[in-house]
Amino acid sequence: MFKKNLKKNNVFVTYAIVVVAYIVVEALLLTGNMSSLMQGLLVPLCTYSLCAVGLNLCVGYLGELSLGHAGFMCIGAFSSAFFSVVMQDAITNSIVRFIIALIIGTAFAALFGFLIAIPVLRLNGDYLAIVTLAFGEIIKNVVNVLYIGYDSTGWHISISSQQALGLAEDGTMVINGAQGITGTPHDSSFTIGVILIIIALIIVHNLTNSRTGRAVMSIRDNQIAAESVGINVKKYKLLAFTISAAIAGSAGVLYAHNLSTLTALPKNFGYNMSIMILVFVVLGGIGNFRGSVIAACILTLLPELLRGLSDYRMLIYAIVLIAMMLFNWAPAAIVWRQKLKAKFKKTGEEA
Amino acid sequence: MALLSVKGLGISFGGLRAVDKFNINIEKGQLYGLIGPNGAGKTTVFNMLTGVYKPTDGTIMLDGKDITGKTNIEINREGIARTFQNIRLFKEQTVLDNVKIGLHNRYKYSTLDGILRTPKYHRVEKEMDEKAIELLKVFDLDNEANVLSSNLPYGKQRKLEIARALATDPVLLLLDEPAAGMNPKETEELMETIRFVRDNFDMTVLLIEHDMKLVSGICEELTVLNFGEVLAAGKTTDVLNNPEVIKAYIGE
Amino acid sequence: MSFVLYLINGISLGSVYAIIALGYTMVYGIAKMLNFAHGDVIMIGSYVSFITFSQMGVNPIVSVVMSMVVCTLLGVVIERVAYKPLRKATSPLAVLITAIGVSYFLQNAALLIFGANPVSFTSVVTLSPLKLAGGDLVISGTTIVTIVLCLIIMGCLMIFIKKTKAGQAMLAVSEDKDAAQLMGINVNATIALTFAIGSGLAAIAGVLLCSAYPTLTPYTGSMPGIKAFTAAVFGGIGSIPGALIGGILLGVIEILGRAYISSQLSDAIVFAVLIVVLLVKPSGILGKPMREKV
Repeated sequence: MFKKNLKKNNVFVTYAIVVVAYIVVEALLLTGNMSSLMQGLLVPLCTYSLCAVGLNLCVGYLGELSLGHAGFMCIGAFSSAFFSVVMQDAITNSIVRFIIALIIGTAFAALFGFLIAIPVLRLNGDYLAIVTLAFGEIIKNVVNVLYIGYDSTGWHISISSQQALGLAEDGTMVINGAQGITGTPHDSSFTIGVILIIIALIIVHNLTNSRTGRAVMSIRDNQIAAESVGINVKKYKLLAFTISAAIAGSAGVLYAHNLSTLTALPKNFGYNMSIMILVFVVLGGIGNFRGSVIAACILTLLPELLRGLSDYRMLIYAIVLIAMMLFNWAPAAIVWRQKLKAKFKKTGEEA
Repeated sequence: MALLSVKGLGISFGGLRAVDKFNINIEKGQLYGLIGPNGAGKTTVFNMLTGVYKPTDGTIMLDGKDITGKTNIEINREGIARTFQNIRLFKEQTVLDNVKIGLHNRYKYSTLDGILRTPKYHRVEKEMDEKAIELLKVFDLDNEANVLSSNLPYGKQRKLEIARALATDPVLLLLDEPAAGMNPKETEELMETIRFVRDNFDMTVLLIEHDMKLVSGICEELTVLNFGEVLAAGKTTDVLNNPEVIKAYIGE
Repeated sequence: MSFVLYLINGISLGSVYAIIALGYTMVYGIAKMLNFAHGDVIMIGSYVSFITFSQMGVNPIVSVVMSMVVCTLLGVVIERVAYKPLRKATSPLAVLITAIGVSYFLQNAALLIFGANPVSFTSVVTLSPLKLAGGDLVISGTTIVTIVLCLIIMGCLMIFIKKTKAGQAMLAVSEDKDAAQLMGINVNATIALTFAIGSGLAAIAGVLLCSAYPTLTPYTGSMPGIKAFTAAVFGGIGSIPGALIGGILLGVIEILGRAYISSQLSDAIVFAVLIVVLLVKPSGILGKPMREKV
């Protein structure tokens, strides 16, 4: 199931693909050959790709399905947007501000990933999936009742309503419950998104091809055997899950700084988003990071490009997901594929 | 003093007494066999010795140190390594990587070294590769270093499991039916390999086996387990001629 | 008095969860898989009932039966097409991800067919409300029917499992699939039957749920589905009385949480219960612990 780690030369192919795609897009932008609809999709595309890379680390290498990655995205988005809104006037250089926001958002997502992983990783399989789903929904629900503002007397926090804050007249609302955060500076861009994707790809590739990565994969392949050779199972599970959550958090940072109004809705940070990201991971190949990025791009662009198809987008995702799983995993399909392969080989040899 | 000294080891699952009053003393450098009919509790003894199961009573001393009740991870670090009756390789990884995972706690660099590809990463990885290949050569697996471990033939998978266990640098090696599923020629080779490991790695070996040719061929001493209790123990020839043992194996 | 009312409403909601949880718990016990799409089968059942009863004016009982037939067929087809080919897959994630795909498929198919706008469901229960304590306590007909029906279903199912050959086959398959096969039990048919029963019950649950909470959208099933799974885990997965206990406890917790803590956080409270249960006692109240053989 798990595609063998990409070999070294393959990695550079991946980076090359990303860079070429970037140059093509930039050329299209410069020559004015890109519709505004497409332009609007560029940053979300990077967001989904990043999140898919993060989730793939969890599903493909740790071997556990998380349905809560949208929650980590949510944490990354809200914590970083909070920072950028508050510090908007204090730090005027947008790149510096974004880098700090990125560090904050990623760190918060990593922290929550770590805290959630401590209890969750005692479970596995279906139970782990459903508990991560539960955590993701809790995060979204809590963010929706969170009211934070400040005035001359200091910070005010409430989880019931704006009135309960008791903000003075000169006060400023930062997080306004279900209305979310407004006025986040537009600090992210397609270029930043592509840079983040490349950084994430380098991190996950180097990680999975190192001592740490081997330990993580050994747990996935056979936990009891991993323990029998002295692998600290708990440590490596935590580490992989935390890094995976952190990458999803960075995707959230990118997402938040592309929107002036950030709200936590079921469609952007709910379990539907987690499923959408899962579709990208499955279509691109579980354990194949390059595939995740390509799948995220194709599945986001295709329905938009083929007009009239966008209504059917979700339905297509669902069918793709089921078909891919059956094709890749059903023992009967595997046997059939092997037979077909042998046949091709044979005819090839004869010719 | 014995390398492994076990006294009064016992475990119950629910109401079932799987193993009771199990004693064993293994001297350093011995090749020791644990035999008995199916369901006698041999693998359960292995699982207790390696910390997979927590014994209900008794003590396990390794080299004079009490290791009773430690987890399987801790026990590996204390110096016991094992193989499994139903082979447990890291199937999605290469033969080389399987051994390198065994080397995990002996050759170290941090996660950050790995991500940033520091000079330390390159140096330690090279050392690990060399050490792993050296181990694979012992088992004649070095030519298959880059093969996916699940693609190895059965006999070689068993050998790879032993190589992986040895990679953790144990003082005591537990082999759970190492010859299961092997043809006579492979078993012959395996016996030589086990002797080689004992002599060249300064190893003590405790093995579970049904193949009497292997047992009588390499084990110096035996313990026989029947219905969870020790039936006989001592020199191999004495034990195998013990009427009680013959009765347990062949029946009345 | 309001506390008593909340309690009764909680038991009623919990009864619906219990009926849904039956589907999860039986399938999990027998096919060893989390049927993620179960909640969406409920939604489909509700739409069938909505169209036949609210729009076409069919007799309510006929409408419920039609809904059960559709759901039963749907459940069996899903099992046959999407889950059965993966029963012997090497990764446990394979069938789980596929089930998520099926759930997603049903939701989006419903979205295309019925639209995203909520429709208003008319209660199929015509029983007049019960007035107690001199009119201080009004219990709706739907509430009464829900609780009574839940108890009847539980009773019938337990008798079915204990007394019939098919029920005994289910028990055998849940204990050990291979051994059951060797004993001449048709494992495929038994698993299909389990899906059929679970899905048929889902239809009843859907109608009851929408009778009490009358807005129906393509997403109506997913939350109650996940909560009912929580209930099944709470009570001990694989246990039928466990589903009843878990369902009712969860329903009461949800309604009381909504009333006394926060209405916006009621889902979060239910999920917190799930997390606590799984971490403290993953085998649930009436479940048996499992261990891996080394």
